[in-house]
Amino acid sequence: MGKARPRAARRPAPRAPAGARGSAARANPNPFEVKVNRQKFQILGRKARHDVGLPGVARARAIRKRTQTLLKEYKDRDKSNVFTDKRFGEYNSNISPEEKMMKRFALEQQRHHEKKSIYNLNEDEELTHYGQSLADIEKHNDIVDSDSDAEEQGTLSAELTAAHFGGRGLLHKKTSQQEGEEGGKPKSRKELIEELIAKSKQEKRERQAQREDALELTEKLDQDWKEIQTLLSHKTPKSEKREKKENPKPDAYDKMVRELGFEMKARPSNRRKPEEELAKEEQGRLRKLEAERLQRMLGKEDESVKKPKHMSADDLNDGFVLDKDDRRLLSYKDGKMNVEEGVHKELSRETGSHGNNEEESEEESGHPDSHSDLGPSAESGEEDEQPQREQGQTPGKRLRSDQHTPEAARAELPYIFAAPESYEELRSVLSGRSMEEQLLVVERIQKCNHPSLAVGNKEKLEKLFGFLLEYVGDLATSDPPDLKVIDKLVVQLYNLCQMFPESASSSMQFVLRDAMHEMEEMIETKGRAAFPGLDVLIYLKIVGLLFPTSDFRHPVVTPALMCLSQLLTKCPVLSLQDVVKGLFVCCLFLECVALSHRFIPEVINFLLGILYIATPNKQSQGSTLVHPFRALGKNSELLLVSDAEDVATWQRGSLPLHWASGPRAPTAAEANHTRLSCLAVCLALLRHCTVIYGTLPSFHAVTRPLQALLTQHLTDRSHPHELQELFQSTLAEMENQKQLYRPLLCEKSKPVPLKLFTPRLVKVLEFGRKQGSSKEEQERKRLIHKHKREFKGAVREIRKDNQFLARMQLSEIMERDAERKRRVKQLFNSLATQEGEWKALKRKKFKK
Amino acid sequence: MEAEAGGTERGRARDPRRALGRLVQAVLCSRGEANAVFDVLAALQSEDQEEIQEAVRACSRLFGALLERGELFVGQLPSEDMVMAGSQGAMRKYKVWMRHRYCSCCNRLGELLVHPTFQVKELALGTLMKFVQLEGAHPLEQPKWEGHYLFPRTLFRVVVGGLLSPTDDQSLLLSQFREYLEFDDVRYHTMQAASDAVAQVTNQQPEVSGWPPLTFWNNAFTLLCAVSLPLQEQDLSTFYVKHVELLDKWKVTHLREHRKVFQTMWLSFLKHKLPLSLYKKVLLVMHDSILPHLAQPTLMIDFLTSACDVGGAISLLALNGLFILIHKHNLEHPDFYRKLYGLLDPSIFHVKYRARFFHLADLFLSSSHLPAYLVAAFAKRLSRLALTAPPEALLMVLPFICNLLRRHPACRVLVHRPQGPELDSDPYDPEEEDPAQSRALESCLWELQTLQRHYHPEVSKAASVINQALSVPEVSIAPLLELTAYEVFEQDLKKKGPEPVPLEFIPAQGLLGRRDDLCAQFFTLS
Repeated sequence: MGKARPRAARRPAPRAPAGARGSAARANPNPFEVKVNRQKFQILGRKARHDVGLPGVARARAIRKRTQTLLKEYKDRDKSNVFTDKRFGEYNSNISPEEKMMKRFALEQQRHHEKKSIYNLNEDEELTHYGQSLADIEKHNDIVDSDSDAEEQGTLSAELTAAHFGGRGLLHKKTSQQEGEEGGKPKSRKELIEELIAKSKQEKRERQAQREDALELTEKLDQDWKEIQTLLSHKTPKSEKREKKENPKPDAYDKMVRELGFEMKARPSNRRKPEEELAKEEQGRLRKLEAERLQRMLGKEDESVKKPKHMSADDLNDGFVLDKDDRRLLSYKDGKMNVEEGVHKELSRETGSHGNNEEESEEESGHPDSHSDLGPSAESGEEDEQPQREQGQTPGKRLRSDQHTPEAARAELPYIFAAPESYEELRSVLSGRSMEEQLLVVERIQKCNHPSLAVGNKEKLEKLFGFLLEYVGDLATSDPPDLKVIDKLVVQLYNLCQMFPESASSSMQFVLRDAMHEMEEMIETKGRAAFPGLDVLIYLKIVGLLFPTSDFRHPVVTPALMCLSQLLTKCPVLSLQDVVKGLFVCCLFLECVALSHRFIPEVINFLLGILYIATPNKQSQGSTLVHPFRALGKNSELLLVSDAEDVATWQRGSLPLHWASGPRAPTAAEANHTRLSCLAVCLALLRHCTVIYGTLPSFHAVTRPLQALLTQHLTDRSHPHELQELFQSTLAEMENQKQLYRPLLCEKSKPVPLKLFTPRLVKVLEFGRKQGSSKEEQERKRLIHKHKREFKGAVREIRKDNQFLARMQLSEIMERDAERKRRVKQLFNSLATQEGEWKALKRKKFKK
Repeated sequence: MEAEAGGTERGRARDPRRALGRLVQAVLCSRGEANAVFDVLAALQSEDQEEIQEAVRACSRLFGALLERGELFVGQLPSEDMVMAGSQGAMRKYKVWMRHRYCSCCNRLGELLVHPTFQVKELALGTLMKFVQLEGAHPLEQPKWEGHYLFPRTLFRVVVGGLLSPTDDQSLLLSQFREYLEFDDVRYHTMQAASDAVAQVTNQQPEVSGWPPLTFWNNAFTLLCAVSLPLQEQDLSTFYVKHVELLDKWKVTHLREHRKVFQTMWLSFLKHKLPLSLYKKVLLVMHDSILPHLAQPTLMIDFLTSACDVGGAISLLALNGLFILIHKHNLEHPDFYRKLYGLLDPSIFHVKYRARFFHLADLFLSSSHLPAYLVAAFAKRLSRLALTAPPEALLMVLPFICNLLRRHPACRVLVHRPQGPELDSDPYDPEEEDPAQSRALESCLWELQTLQRHYHPEVSKAASVINQALSVPEVSIAPLLELTAYEVFEQDLKKKGPEPVPLEFIPAQGLLGRRDDLCAQFFTLS
């Protein structure tokens, strides 16, 4: 009885998964089998995993498993052949027999189906008509005509089936009819069937012969036809058509059906949007980008991402920090977490105080609008402004504008260019070509190597950006600098940059680092640097075009600003060229802060210096001059124009940029005109500064030396009229900036919380977990522990396996011995009987 | 001489050595051959440097041996003719005569110290110093009393005089000489001889302007700098001239005496009108290698105050020395901070000694007992100047200003003035030279508020510190002092920005940008 129970309990075990096993066993526990590990003490938080167990069940399970695996292996140890049963689900106990049969049937069907349709390439599914394959019907179309015995065949087969599958009644009837007709002797069932078979075979043969005949005939006919065809072809196209129609041909419906099968399914497409909607979307996009830009300008982004750090209640809040980690107190404002927005707040408060808040924000938010406004005005201008307007609205359309290049150039150039692998390659491709051709080449290289076309194209185009930059540098340093080409190439650079921002920024950084490094070396050896060539200036300009200059911090723009600052502070102005370069750098600098209105001391210093070297009668006020300029020295009167005639003939114009690059010897008059132009540009820049820095709290402190110099200029009346006016207006504007000095205030800091001696709370760790070490150490310990346990388990298993095997071997031996004993006994028995019999016989004889 | 005359031109290089060697040998062996000394001395006058070197070596051997044997006359040297004519013993005559030869040899060696070839100079110096050592061990003077300290002062004066040549740059030789200065007695006598030599040279042609020349000053300065006294009172027992025992009553064994001589030396040097470059050099070493060793550091006040009035970098350096005097030696200098205040002008952010200046300024202003008006004036002035500074300087000066405010809570009104009235203009007067009159305390640091809108993000952040209440611990500016623009640039490059890199969304139209951009307004491509 004890044995019967466990077996019953065991049965569901193999089917249930491991987790359910215990519960299944527990559901029907045999109190004699349950072993309870008694706990001496109740310990809070300890998980007792082995408090209750069923050792008997577990042992039985283990033994069964061994018999199924180990024992089998042991028994098969000397066998080389293996019998594999490939029946579906034969050993899978999870499937019920019905399911198993279903699956097997399905598999069989599938196999059958596959074999049939192996040559059927067109369709995966067979179309059927009344259960018959349409393809079959078509195939037999012509045969059906020739085969008239289809029905007979059908009946025959019916007869056959009946004969085979016990359609007895029917068969009987027929046979009885036949009997009646023939009046012959009754045939046995076997004979009948044989007869049937013979008949059908004969029929089959006949049909085959007939078909072959027909085939032969048609072939013959075809051949004859071919012979005549040459004669007929020209004369009677109509008849030919008729002939063609006679050919077996799928009818229109079938054709249609097939065509529809191949046709792509139409999908609903996006609605084509009207112009206004497109414009609105574009505007929305720009507005979104602008908002992002503003956010970056205020430098809030990283702060908002930063996680607020927790501060303990014990923190003394005395500002003492261990490792320069400037954490802030967590504070709430309007229900929102208030995490460091110092800059922003300061800015908004300050601008608000001057009542310029709206103006500024309007100017900034209205920026995209101003660009769209740009359109009509440009349109009213020349014809070639047209493409520009398009770009103003959609950057994607930019490429198209270059397609206005002459068709002639287009025709000459090959259409496919490999992406250059080195700078020399690009140079050799581009050199010697006209501007349009160069542009076209670059454009085609881009198109041929679009990243969507092949895998490696992305890298190639990324490299192309670097090469183009280098090429631009080369163009800028050549004499005379090819600025027109650069002007156009900038667009290509922009496009490439949009495609690959990462690589573009890194190559731009590389170029900047190069320029800076050169300058640094010069400063180290000579103590000062000369203004770099035009290429560096152009690179700096390109930075401003490719990247947003208003960001609070930008990986490319911020270093570029440092570079500009170095140019203005470290390079002394030694010639008129330097003045032009310096003014260009000032322009770049001011453009960079055009949106953010950030303060640039270097520009003010430089412009002050320029004003100073243009001042005629210097009074002693050298202390305000800043580094690259000296109060006295040979360059302190560089921009002074003494020739009254030149002053009279001067006309205001913009400075040519290429003037900054190459050394050339202008005439004295030209030089004087350039001097005056420089002065004019300087004044215009000063006015610009006045406008954008007017709101700065210490504007007057900044401009005080400028004002002094300007008044000094004004008193001297040697300047041309136009310049005089400029002086006057600049000065007036500076003086008109009204300023209120309101005292500074620190933000109110949170009141310091009282010192609380709350107990130090240590995280309660789970019992049994190794504690007091780093995460990696813990993980390592855990793994070591696990390994140890597994190892022990494996050893135990192996030991048990050995025991099991030994037991099996022993039982085998015992069995064998028992068998032998039995045999011996049997032999003895038989011998004993023999002996007995023999003795009995002997006794009998003896008796006799 | 005869031997040389017989030699061929080719053999000359090798021959003199042998010939001189033979002569020296002859003189040393028998007194009868003493006249051969003239041949050796004649070789010293030669043009050929090889020959001179040989002759110097020969002299060194010869007189070295004679000194050791005591074959030179000891005592006050009578004139040669008198002795020769007199009727003293032949031995005495010989000794006097030989002593005269020795003297002429030493004089010649002294002249050789300014020889154009360095090898000759070096050899001459070595020989002279060897003579000094031997003469010290076997003095040529009669000791006046028992334990009288004797040192060949005359000979040593020749050496120092040669080193302080007004015509030749002796820096290399001086670096050779430096190793002798390790010895306490040599150092002591060098200091004495140097002050004499300086006085002598400057008195030579006082009427000529530009005398003494720059080389002399440089030589003198190099020598003076090379002298370094031990800081602690210890046994001065490393003597170049070997003595059997060192007596406590000798001046040379006391550091106090050394200091006195040191002080005399420097004062005699500094009382002259030095070239400007030398001023800087002196002031650079003033605080750590001169002032601590002087017996009475306050004697430097004249020099320092005069240097302070020169202006520029020199003033600053002088301030450093003055500060030490004020700080450690209780000197009263009422105008000190006023002078420092006067030094603050826009150029301090661009000059080479920026780091030093701010290091010193930090030191000077580190006292928390300074009056608030003074600190406020400094803070205000610095922030005014910051309006013209490049970013690398701003990154340093902004924490500097904040540190000032931290040290002096009374100055915090500069950034936090709760119930202050609104003003029409800044009460601070930038032209005022007296920090007390500048009204800085009534002002606020609006300049820092301006710099919060600086284009460089780090500067902007540094200036924004004043928005919050200042934290208590000061920010160390030491690592920021040497910050260069290139380093700032590199830091900017390394800083990881947001991914992906933000791009300009307004498409580029050309190099100069749109029509309303500044560049397009003022520049054309052709």
